[in-house]
Amino acid sequence: MSILGRAQPVASEAVSAAGCAHCGARLAPGQDRFCCAGCEGAHALVAGLGLSAFYARRETEAGALRPETMVAGLDLAPFAEQLRDGTQRLELVVSGLTCGACIWLVEQALAAEPDVLSARASLSARRLTVTWRGEAARANDIAALLGRLGFRVAPWSPACLRATEDAEGRALTRALGIAAFGSMNIMLISVAVWVGGDMGPSLRHGLHWLAAMIGMPVVLVAGMPFYRSAWAAIRAGRPSMDLAVSLGVLATAAMSLSETLRNGPYTWFDGATMLLALLLAGRVFDRAARRRARQSVAELLALQEGMVTRLLADGHLEAVPAEAVAAGDRVLVSAGERLRLDGVATVDALLDAAATTGESVPRLFAAGDALPAGAVNMGAAFTMTVSAAAKDGSLAAMARLLERAEQAKGRFVAIADRAARFYVPVVHLVAAATFLAWWGLLEAPWQVALVNAVCVLLITCPCALALAVPAVQVVAVGALFRRGVLVTSATALERLATADHVVLDKTGTLTEGRSVLVPDAQDDVVLCRAASMAKASRHPLAQALVRACPDAPLAEGVREIPGQGLECGAARLGSPAFCGLGASADGMTMVLRDGDAAPVSFRFADRMREDAPTAVAALKSLGLSAELLSGDGEGAVAAIAWQAGITDWRSGVDPVAKQARIATLRDEGRHPLMVGDGINDAAALAAAHVSASPAGATDLAQTASDLVLQREGLSALPAAIRIARRAQAIARGNIGFSLVYNAFAVPVAAVGLVTPVIAAVVMASSSLIVVLNALRAAKD
Amino acid sequence: MNALIFLIPVSLVLGLIGLAGFLWALRSRQYDDLDGAAARILFDDNPRKETPK
Repeated sequence: MSILGRAQPVASEAVSAAGCAHCGARLAPGQDRFCCAGCEGAHALVAGLGLSAFYARRETEAGALRPETMVAGLDLAPFAEQLRDGTQRLELVVSGLTCGACIWLVEQALAAEPDVLSARASLSARRLTVTWRGEAARANDIAALLGRLGFRVAPWSPACLRATEDAEGRALTRALGIAAFGSMNIMLISVAVWVGGDMGPSLRHGLHWLAAMIGMPVVLVAGMPFYRSAWAAIRAGRPSMDLAVSLGVLATAAMSLSETLRNGPYTWFDGATMLLALLLAGRVFDRAARRRARQSVAELLALQEGMVTRLLADGHLEAVPAEAVAAGDRVLVSAGERLRLDGVATVDALLDAAATTGESVPRLFAAGDALPAGAVNMGAAFTMTVSAAAKDGSLAAMARLLERAEQAKGRFVAIADRAARFYVPVVHLVAAATFLAWWGLLEAPWQVALVNAVCVLLITCPCALALAVPAVQVVAVGALFRRGVLVTSATALERLATADHVVLDKTGTLTEGRSVLVPDAQDDVVLCRAASMAKASRHPLAQALVRACPDAPLAEGVREIPGQGLECGAARLGSPAFCGLGASADGMTMVLRDGDAAPVSFRFADRMREDAPTAVAALKSLGLSAELLSGDGEGAVAAIAWQAGITDWRSGVDPVAKQARIATLRDEGRHPLMVGDGINDAAALAAAHVSASPAGATDLAQTASDLVLQREGLSALPAAIRIARRAQAIARGNIGFSLVYNAFAVPVAAVGLVTPVIAAVVMASSSLIVVLNALRAAKD
Repeated sequence: MNALIFLIPVSLVLGLIGLAGFLWALRSRQYDDLDGAAARILFDDNPRKETPK
């Protein structure tokens, strides 16, 4: 399975050349061994624990393990579970756990703690189970230790559990094991019957019975996944591939049993069990590929999921999950925090509402204004009164809207099912005709007629046809995974291949969605000085300043004046008003005033993603016309549209209008691909023919999307479309091949020339051809 | 021919042992983290602490 869906290390050679000794990120000029102070600390920590061997084994992506200087203060103690013997157990989802060396490092580092009893990490599920003796509050120390090593952790959430606790997948694996065991053992016996022409009838009878004793239970147990789905298909009144498989397998088993009873020349248990084993193998791999995508999405969501700080009546603070807060409670929103609930501000608040409305510039909300959930606090910490509990709030309303749109999309019929709809009745009619022709016209005994009719069912072997699409899916989904694209829906590739129009959101999709320092004529020394002060703050603009000059040392004695700026001795860094200049119009400017020196201002802007114009051009060359829909003002949208090379744009579009625009496009017969990241895009994402969300999208947008891009930038999108189209062409080729093959095989079976040997050979060979053909889908 | 009376049951029993082993491994969740298990065999140092049970 690892060959199909393991994220490949992107730049391992860069790690060994001029890379940071801890995280492997490329070093900026002037940096010696480490890219930042966090990595230096992590490296010292690893060396101190005697775990330096980690660096020789590591295969992580460059830069993935950079410890964040500021770790969000989520209290993990309530998540620790007290076991009966007084020990504590904590389950965490660990981001950055991408190679064997990472699990080794995490487990060994935790085991070095004297009170930790055990630590076990799972590489596929990114899950860490750690137990220790003592206080529940030690959970935070454990998280802090992992944070210093560069791993981000979040409590293991029910969503993660749903993604990994794959009971159905385990049932399929078990069925595969049983079917494989059965088919191999029956083949041993069958070969003896095929080649033993001089075998006495009593010995042959004995061997038939032996095959039946293995074959019948195997067919009944291992075929259950198919029978269940076939039964559902019957009740829904539409023939499916599983129905064809079930009928073929059960009819073959029943006919073989009757041949066993009357001691006929051959039984067909080997064919029936081999068919099951091959089909189950295809399904197990198909599931494994998509499970990985589901897990990665669940991991991203778990990391976004946070706690809110509730203000109690006695003035104390407590961290609680957002679901536990009722309307009327007061919560504290710290600087840089995302609002998880709707509320009413008690004081003026500066919020970045890009995720909810698409505006790129933060806006001032006066005391008493309604604050939308999903906005980010750009100003000082403030308290707000919650106006609706999580389940009644605007986020929940959006989720319901999403659900309705999803249901509408559920009507899409995959190509394999379309093929099955006409194929299954035809095959069964041919089988029935064969039986009637032998029995009625040729007056053969009914057993002979039945054998030939069932041979038709077996040789039409839904095998190749049932493997035709899943095999391509596994390979294509795996190839996309390696390029950082998660495919979360089973029919996403098919829909992506037919997309003919792309609708893009602006903020966070075409742009990076975070503030970046606009290069101006600032002196490097001044910039470095400002960045070293800014390091003390979580404010988004301060962090943007730090990103512009990451190796600046943390200045000593910085004092933060909430909502205004930072003070360090005689130096002040903050809003223009704070530094004695006029108030800034949009809150996207910071000023540094160092004593009596002239104030230096820093402008910030939401920059367009570097690869956006190339990606738009590539999409156009693939035949997708581009359109920009944004909730932002006309000027900002027009500028970005012009830069990205999009002529068709609309500004000031609210979520409902976005969804309506998608609906109009669909009514016109277009197949829109929607790309968006915000809460305001979620409904449009769900309504679109196919949807994608870029790296760093909000959780709601990610759940609504068929594709989640994991790496920065949009360049993966054209590649994904190319792969999807290629996969679709190969899937069609596979289906065509299976049909042609049947056109030859059916007459042979109908006239009664097929023996179990021939059936086994064609079954295996046709499946092999289809699977080998599918392997071509990985190429871009 | 008499050999078959021994050989067939022997082969079946061996096969069943394999199947039982597979089902046991599946039930004890050894198939849940295939990537991790593949990496773990390369750790040559002594495990310091392991999850009990």
